[in-house]
Amino acid sequence: MTQSATHVLDHFDLFRQPEYKEMLENKRKNFENPVAAEELERVREWTKTGEYREQNFARSALTVNPAKACQPLGAVFAAVGFESTLPFVHGSQGCVAYYRSHFSRHFKEPCSCVSSSMTEDAAVFGGLNNMIDGLANAHSLYKPKMISVSTTCMAEVIGDDLNAFIKTAKEKGSVPADFDVPFAHTPAFVGSHITGYDNVMKGIFEHFWDGKANTAPKLERVPNEKINFIGGFDGYTVGNLREIKRIFNLMQVGYTILGDNSDVWDTPTDGTFRMYDGGTTLEDAANAVHAKATISMQQYCTEKTLAFIGTHGQEVLALNHPVGVAATDKFLMEVSRITGKGIPEELAKERGRVVDAIADSSAHIHGKKFALYGDPDLCLGLAGFLLELGAEPTHVLATNGNKEWIERVQALFDSSPFGKNCHVYAGKDLWHMRSLLFTEPVDFLIGNTYGKFLERDTGTPLIRIGFPIFDRHHHHRYPVWGYQGAMNVLVWILDKIFDEIDKNTIVPGKTDFSFDIIR
Amino acid sequence: MSLSTTAEVEETKARNKQLIHEVLEAYPEKYAKRRAKHLGTFEEGKPDCGVKSNIKSVPGVMTIRGCAYAGSKGVVWGPIKDMIHISHGPVGCGQYSWAARRNYYIGITGVDTFVTMQFTSDFQENDIVFGGDKKLSKIMDEIQVLFPLNKGITVQSECPIGLIGDDIEAVAKAKSKQYDGKLIVPVRCEGFRGVSQSLGHHIANDTIRDWVFDKQDGKTSGFVGTPYDVAIIGDYNIGGDAWSSRILLEEMGLRVIAQWSGDGSIAELEATPKAKLNVLHCYRSMNYISRHMEEKYGIPWVEYNFFGPTKIEESLRRIASHFDDPIKEGAERVIAKYKALTQAVIDNYKPRLAGKKVMLFVGGLRPRHVIGAYEDLGMEVVGTGYEFGHNDDYQRTTHYVKDGTLIYDDVTGYEFEKFVERVQPDLVGSGIKEKYVFQKMGVPFRQMHSWDYSGPYHGYDGFAIFARDMDMAINSPVWALTKTPWKTAGKTEAAQAE
Repeated sequence: MTQSATHVLDHFDLFRQPEYKEMLENKRKNFENPVAAEELERVREWTKTGEYREQNFARSALTVNPAKACQPLGAVFAAVGFESTLPFVHGSQGCVAYYRSHFSRHFKEPCSCVSSSMTEDAAVFGGLNNMIDGLANAHSLYKPKMISVSTTCMAEVIGDDLNAFIKTAKEKGSVPADFDVPFAHTPAFVGSHITGYDNVMKGIFEHFWDGKANTAPKLERVPNEKINFIGGFDGYTVGNLREIKRIFNLMQVGYTILGDNSDVWDTPTDGTFRMYDGGTTLEDAANAVHAKATISMQQYCTEKTLAFIGTHGQEVLALNHPVGVAATDKFLMEVSRITGKGIPEELAKERGRVVDAIADSSAHIHGKKFALYGDPDLCLGLAGFLLELGAEPTHVLATNGNKEWIERVQALFDSSPFGKNCHVYAGKDLWHMRSLLFTEPVDFLIGNTYGKFLERDTGTPLIRIGFPIFDRHHHHRYPVWGYQGAMNVLVWILDKIFDEIDKNTIVPGKTDFSFDIIR
Repeated sequence: MSLSTTAEVEETKARNKQLIHEVLEAYPEKYAKRRAKHLGTFEEGKPDCGVKSNIKSVPGVMTIRGCAYAGSKGVVWGPIKDMIHISHGPVGCGQYSWAARRNYYIGITGVDTFVTMQFTSDFQENDIVFGGDKKLSKIMDEIQVLFPLNKGITVQSECPIGLIGDDIEAVAKAKSKQYDGKLIVPVRCEGFRGVSQSLGHHIANDTIRDWVFDKQDGKTSGFVGTPYDVAIIGDYNIGGDAWSSRILLEEMGLRVIAQWSGDGSIAELEATPKAKLNVLHCYRSMNYISRHMEEKYGIPWVEYNFFGPTKIEESLRRIASHFDDPIKEGAERVIAKYKALTQAVIDNYKPRLAGKKVMLFVGGLRPRHVIGAYEDLGMEVVGTGYEFGHNDDYQRTTHYVKDGTLIYDDVTGYEFEKFVERVQPDLVGSGIKEKYVFQKMGVPFRQMHSWDYSGPYHGYDGFAIFARDMDMAINSPVWALTKTPWKTAGKTEAAQAE
């Protein structure tokens, strides 16, 4: 017995004690019918080979460790970006428990969201009563200003009609007739979480601009000088949106952030639980129709939304999660072009500081190979930055990428000499990535928390950038956009590079040369 | 054991009544009536806790519950380490439950073990329209090629499967035949079935009966038994719980032939009908298979509780009572061996925790099982409730709670927040969805599903960790910082600004 009341050993150390090691070895040997050691080793080595890679890439039905989630997750992300808005997911209730847990594990924040709790009877008779009762209860208990309805795959498979259901619920008095209940069908078997984000954003603007499901006159656009800004599904939404506001304020641009999650997912601990905090006001969401233009930071999160906004007489501009100097330059110059506002000296100085930082450190990054996975826009943004740093984004993978995205990434590779030996993979998963890392090794891997399994298997050091990040805290509070964001990403990459160099030179009498104090 | 006077208890009961009345006022009438049946106060001497349970959640209220898929894939089947569990349907369910439950295991993940991986059929529109059976069949072929050391496959159905009329049983049978009797288990745990995770546990238990046990009938096995063989049932090895339990059973002289299902393997499941006694920790999720083994194989089962020294001691003796003297002596030996440790833990932490009030809302066995551990530290559980309990859970709870305890079944976000606001406990123990709500309110919190990424909490080794964690939560200096010092009590921000 090694446990102690004064020096408590928990799982990290407890199970490494001799009594537990012996116990677990006996369990394995006597009861688990384990695979023979040689066979295990043979298969393990085989999974690292080119032959395995070939078979792995030949699969057409099985998905293993995908880097994407389903539409309804993105639906909830979009909905909570509006003032006092309660996401209401029509379908099975377990789904909502999952979205709430998922966001809470990433942001370390509460995530309020309700379900219409459909069960077997609703599967047979439809979920109309669940909608009627659910809206009434949610409205009474949680006093939202708006309820944003989306669906799970259950409601989609049985074909529930949200528009009709919400209309009936209002007739039955679940919520006042003029209460805002935008909706979007978000089937989990189409697209991914970024599609759900897109559908809900579009649904909300359709609601406010196009006559609230035939219950109000359509808005007449009276153009003004403001611009709209949409961040997209973004694990760094807290830091990013605050940074964007700072930039817009410096440029004296009149703006509306559409879907502003920065406060609701960064509430203070001061004795009060805020179910709702911040968010785009409903008035601003409606008035956004009058804006001069809408800029989306993530093209693939806003394809339908931007198309919809475009039909309402605004200029629309889609970027691809700009990270780094040139991408930020482009973003700022576009904002400047659209608004006619100059880019202040302060931002030019910030730019110069990032360039300074890159110049200081580039020798450590130059020529390093990276594997990278994430949402399509994030991949484009990060790959662009790596090329700018003189690094090679050797493998770029998006499970929810499409053919058009492949072309975009290829064009990016082609634009730089560092992109020459780089490859792009759409529709592939992290088990494919495992084969890539074994057969075409790289120096570093960039991805979300699940990348730690790849790091463990292949020894490729993981730099955590993406969503979700469950096992590191608070990075979502830092921007990755703007020059300040470029600085953060640069530092995260450098920290890992230097940590690795130290780790590889730390054994006295063996690898102690190169264990330098100045790098 | 409570030191409260009768008058205090009556006061508490009156307060609870008023509090319940107040939260129900926020509901539309129809649902106030329905929720009223789930809220109450435990009255000493009653056979249950006076609340209804295992009933459909009310739509739109922010229930904390999950679904049948979560109960089967997430709880019962998922931890079986040498099998591949396919999340069959759209990508989300498997993604959100991927490696999140901390079912510790040892193995070469991706080669001979697969727990922290997400295998999914990633349904697309075509699969919904034309059915997913062919895809499922192909998936099994691909698994056989890429993961040749897997010892079996389960199909964890997501909502669409039951709605589009897929025949996963036919696929399982055909593929099993094709692969020489390979173990392939179709599980009908679609998320819309039942009212919570609970039905998923039951369905998963039944599939073990039908597809694992029944398939063994008439087959010979090389298993050589001993008179002291037991199986641990209903321990998911969260943070290593089953390990810190197993060690005690082994130390008292028993031979643990299987773990269900934390760090479990299919060989262990198959060997279990040879056990002399099944020891059952999570009654809720695995009483079904325990009853079945009792009926079919004549294996008795005994419930036990390895949270906190009082209950551990009681449980070790109860388990030993099913065996002969050497085991009974073994139990006494184990109890004696750990006396010094537990006393030191209590001496260390009780002075810092005595008198602190706790509110719980968890699933499975924990709304009652952990109460003894808190009481060992001098703490008092003043409110508790089950996410997906049945009436037999509430009956069992009467042996744990004291007169006047606030009881809330399938609590809603609204109710829980109001209850905590008014009762003002020193600690709330619940899940990740609740954690940050209460921490924002300045109330110390521990996740009592995942042990807040700590653990184990079972067994004597676990009790030391439990005590430390509760102390760490309650006595963290951060709670002294939650009030902004220049904002005096009672004044609003606006008044400050004036």
